[in-house]
Parts: sequence; C-alpha cells; structure tokens
Amino acid sequence: MDPKIRVLVAKPGLDGHDRGAKIIARALRDAGMEVIYTGLRQTPEMIVNAALQEDVQVIGLSILSGAHGAIVPRVMELLREKKMDDVLVVVGGIIPDDDAVELKNLGVAAVFQPGAALDEIVRFVRRAVGTAA
Amino acid sequence: MKRGATESIVARTLSDIPLESHYGTPAPGEFPYTRGIHPAMYRGKLWTMRQFSGFATPEETNRRYRYLLEQGQTGLSVAFDLPTLMGCDPGDDMALGEVGKCGVSIASLADMEALFEQIPLDRVSVSMTINSPAPVIFAMYLAVAEKQGVRYEQLNGTLQNDILKEYIAQKEFLYPPRPSMRLVTDVIEFATRHVPKYNPISISGYHIREAGSTAVQELAFTLRDGIEYVEWALERGLSVDGFAPRLSFFFNAHNDFFEEIAKYRAARRMWAHIMRGRFNAWDERSWKLRFHAQTAGCSLTWQQPYNNLVRTALQALAAVMGGTQSLHTNSLDEAYALPSEQAVTLALRTQQIIAAESGVPAVADPLGGSHLVEALTDEVENRAQDYIRRIDEMGGMIPAIERNFPQSEIAEASYRYQRSVEEQERVIVGVNRFVQEDEGHIEILQIDQQAEQAQIGKLRRLRETRSSERVEQALAALRKAAESGENTMPHILDAVRAYATTGEICRALAQVFGTWQERSAL
Repeated sequence: MDPKIRVLVAKPGLDGHDRGAKIIARALRDAGMEVIYTGLRQTPEMIVNAALQEDVQVIGLSILSGAHGAIVPRVMELLREKKMDDVLVVVGGIIPDDDAVELKNLGVAAVFQPGAALDEIVRFVRRAVGTAA
Repeated sequence: MKRGATESIVARTLSDIPLESHYGTPAPGEFPYTRGIHPAMYRGKLWTMRQFSGFATPEETNRRYRYLLEQGQTGLSVAFDLPTLMGCDPGDDMALGEVGKCGVSIASLADMEALFEQIPLDRVSVSMTINSPAPVIFAMYLAVAEKQGVRYEQLNGTLQNDILKEYIAQKEFLYPPRPSMRLVTDVIEFATRHVPKYNPISISGYHIREAGSTAVQELAFTLRDGIEYVEWALERGLSVDGFAPRLSFFFNAHNDFFEEIAKYRAARRMWAHIMRGRFNAWDERSWKLRFHAQTAGCSLTWQQPYNNLVRTALQALAAVMGGTQSLHTNSLDEAYALPSEQAVTLALRTQQIIAAESGVPAVADPLGGSHLVEALTDEVENRAQDYIRRIDEMGGMIPAIERNFPQSEIAEASYRYQRSVEEQERVIVGVNRFVQEDEGHIEILQIDQQAEQAQIGKLRRLRETRSSERVEQALAALRKAAESGENTMPHILDAVRAYATTGEICRALAQVFGTWQERSAL
C-alpha cells in the first residue's frame, strides 16, 4: 500500500475565519491523507518550518482577507531558500481571477476559489502528488 | 440629511382593506415578547437601515459614509481592518498586506477624527464592530465626541465588544478569556455610568453562524454568552436593571426562511424568561431582547453573483418579519471583495423596497399563529435550551470554550452541511445545480494599495509631533490600573487623548494580561 500523503493546512495572516481551512483539513483526512493543521496566525516562516518538520508533500494555504499578494510570494521564496521546491503549494480562499494567474506564475500548483468542490480538491492533490513521486 | 424610507407606513392594502397593527393574541409588546418588543412594531419606528462599511484610509471611508447618509441610510456601522481588529498598527510585521483591506484602518485618535469629519455624532448613531480592542476604539469615539462638543449622554449606537464569540467563532482575540471578560465588563460599567444611551455590547450570533453553526446553535451559544456577561456585570456590583436594558443582540439572517423567523421569536421569548426568572430583573426593558440582523455573508456565492441579490432580499424579509430593530443587507459582490458603491446602493434599496413597497412592516409578527412557525419556534427553543443546560453543567461558557465544546459543535455542523452540498442533498443554485459556463465578470472594488503606505506615513508623522512623555505616562498609568483591578476605561481615554496608538495601548494591556493561543481542534 502507498504511504499516506502528508499535507500541512495553514492559516497565514491576521484573519481568523477558519471554517474553510477546517473543512478542507477534514475532507483530506477523510480521504485517507495525513493532515496537520497549523492553527491561526502563522507567519510564512512558521509555515515553512512546520512543513519541513512535518516532512509534508503538500502545503494548503487558506487566505480570505486579500493579503495573498503579500503572503504567498514570501512562502514560495522561503521554500526555494530551503530547497523545498518539491513541496506542492495550493491556495484556497477569496482570490480574484487575475491574482490567481499571478500566484500560479509564482509556482502555486492550484488556486481553489469559493464554491470549489471538496472532491475536486482531493482528486487534484492525489493526482499532483502521484505525478511528482 | 434625507431620511429616506422612514416615513409613516400605510395601514391599508393596495385594495384599500384596512390593516390592524397586529392580529390575534397575545399581542406583541407583551411578556415574553415572542411576537415583538413593541405593540405597534414598525408603525412606531421602522428598523434602522445600517450598512456595515469601511475600507482603506479613514478619509476614504468618511466619503463613503457621507454618501450613504445622503442616500437615506439612517445609521453608520464601522468595519475596521484586520490590524485594527487585532490591536496592531500599520507598519507592524503582522499587519503586512492587511492595512485597509477588510475595513478601515484606525491607528490613533487622529484617524478617528478623520473618520467622523463633518458627521455630527449627536445626530448619527454609530455602531462599531470591534472586540478585543473595543475599549480603545470606544475611547477614541468618545474623544471625538468631546472634540465635536457633543456630550456623552447624547451619544447613540452600539459597540460590539463581544469577546466570547471570538473564542467560539471569529477568533479575533488578544488576551486570555478572563482578563478579556474583565475589559468587556469595564466598558459595560463605564457606559452604564457615563454613556447611558449607548449599547456597550452587541451579543453576537452572527459570526457563530458564519463559522458554520446551525440556527439552534447560533441562538443557544449567543444567549449563553449573554448570561455570562450578565453574571460578570452583577459580580462587578452593577444592578441588573441598571445595565440590562442596554444589552443588545446581533443575529444572522440565513436562507431557511421560516426557521430564521422562528429563531428570532424564540430568542425574544427565551431572553425574557432568562432575565426575569434567572436574574430577577424587574424593569421590563431588561426583559426585551433588541437585535440587529445581517444577511448571511456565507450564503453568497462567487458563481452567478447577481443571484446574491435575490438571496439577500429573502433573508432581509425574514429578519423584518422576525421583528429586527436594525438591518444590514449584504451586497451582491461580497463573495469577491468589499462592495462597490453601486452594489451597496442596491443592497440599501432592497431594504427600502421591503419598507416602502411590500406592505410587510404594517403588521407586527405577521406569521404569529401560523402552525408551522409556532411549532418551529417551540422546537428551536427546546433544542437551544438543551445546549444552554449542557453549558451550565460545564460551569459556564468560559470552561465550555476552554474544552472546545462550542467550537467543535460548530465545526461538526459546518462539515455536515458542506457534505450535504457535495452530495447534492442541499442545492445551491449556480454552484451545484443550474451551473452556467461563461458567467461574465462583475466590477469589483479595488482597494488602493497606497492606503497601507499612507497610514504608515501618517503614523510616523504623528509620533514625531505628539508628546511621547505624555503617551508614556498614560500607558504606565493604564498598566497600573490593569494590574490593580480598577476600571481601565478612564486610563484608556487618557492614553487616546495623548494620541497613543491602537497597537501601543493593546500591547500595554498584553504586558499585564498575557496573550492567548487557541488549542486548534479539527
């Protein structure tokens, strides 16, 4: 049997709206993945450190406050610095279309906007990690 | 100032059939107020149309406020940005990218002065959605009133100041629960003595519901929070009838039309019994639950955004038929961003159409006596009672929060709901049914990226011009008061008048109270 996919679900920035992050974390766990949830108000540094410690293949960032333009580039930069480029980064939340394109240019594997189905997210993570392995 | 659709209500149908102000017994305005807190309801006073708004700099938000007042809005409601809500200043590390994004940035009294420029605080009621830093922001508001020559007794409005639902749902907390409760009580005590017409707390179910709770959980946790605040104020030595008439509530207006109406009816009945039975209040104003309602932000969809206008209209209608005292209607573009001026105008027009054209406000509690609504009211009450009993058995809301009880009940409900959407058991038009490709784009409000730099610059100049000695003295006195148990409000006012910043004051309190991290439960 394949080892479980390890995912870090993180909530960066000041925003406390964690309904989405918690639902995704649970859906991924129900789909058989090992999920670590960071809790609230994580800096990019804390998130990347946690990803390193927990040896995850995937980081899911949940951002609803509009601060993605400041936070995501910093996370991607830190991952490169730590030679963790192989970690898959996905972003979920209120991300306008134009911003989603910019995030993907930075190396984000997928951006899930409001209304995205849980099954779609689970399938994406499975496929993307499968291809990377 | 135009007052829009607040003119008197026509008490006849379009066919000229005369309408009573209510039908059936018991009458609205009678204990336990299931049918409403006033006998004539909206014939006496229409609900306040209060659109929550704030973005970027105080100067820009001030322009939006003056526009809304010209359009017939009857009260203001301030939305603060995340750094302000979390007690930090523009330029702090944690504030990166967030200044002015989700609301207006208020870093000092100077910002508050700009926010209310040319808005007379003796005539416009102001509601402020702020919790952990509530004493600081309230003090800034009071200091602006002083500068406008308005006496505290003339001030009207509501401070959210509801910390318990932050631990339960919205998660904007700075200090541990007990010192936070002490600050809440400081504000209630100060307002009771000096700002008698201002509501010092808005006990809120809104955010609990947005976090994914059911209507029953929203009601139960909110009323149990209310019980906690009453107990703390009594402990402080206030008399129940001295402060209880100024407690106000805030509920969500969600999709399930009849259940929402039942929820408001049950809320009034339960609170009346709690205040009379549990707390021996004698003044009937203490028994009456007054509430603000806001349509459900979490029900808005990104897909086919114009559908949101219809959802909001139905939710607003439920709030009005449930007897709300004031109402915010969400804008159709709020799944994307803060609303554009056009979208927020449509949202306000939705309320004005209900008020002026639908005929609904003419008769109080129009669904009272309906078999369905009466049965639902009873059942919502029973189930909420059950939760309250369980929390009582845990020793109150703070122990319940510490063991993650309300948090996990909400997370469970929210996951169940999401699953039912995924499995198409619950239909969301445009999302999991009647899906459309190529929906086209809507124009959304872009927040000026300059706002953050503008606020940082302003703060730098402020620090150069104010007396830092006065600031230091005021903060030292505040820390001493916080340690001693003395009411902190007079000291916070002194610090605010000396132009100490939101972040500086909140940090001074954190030095005494410590900070708080939740134990995240999945």
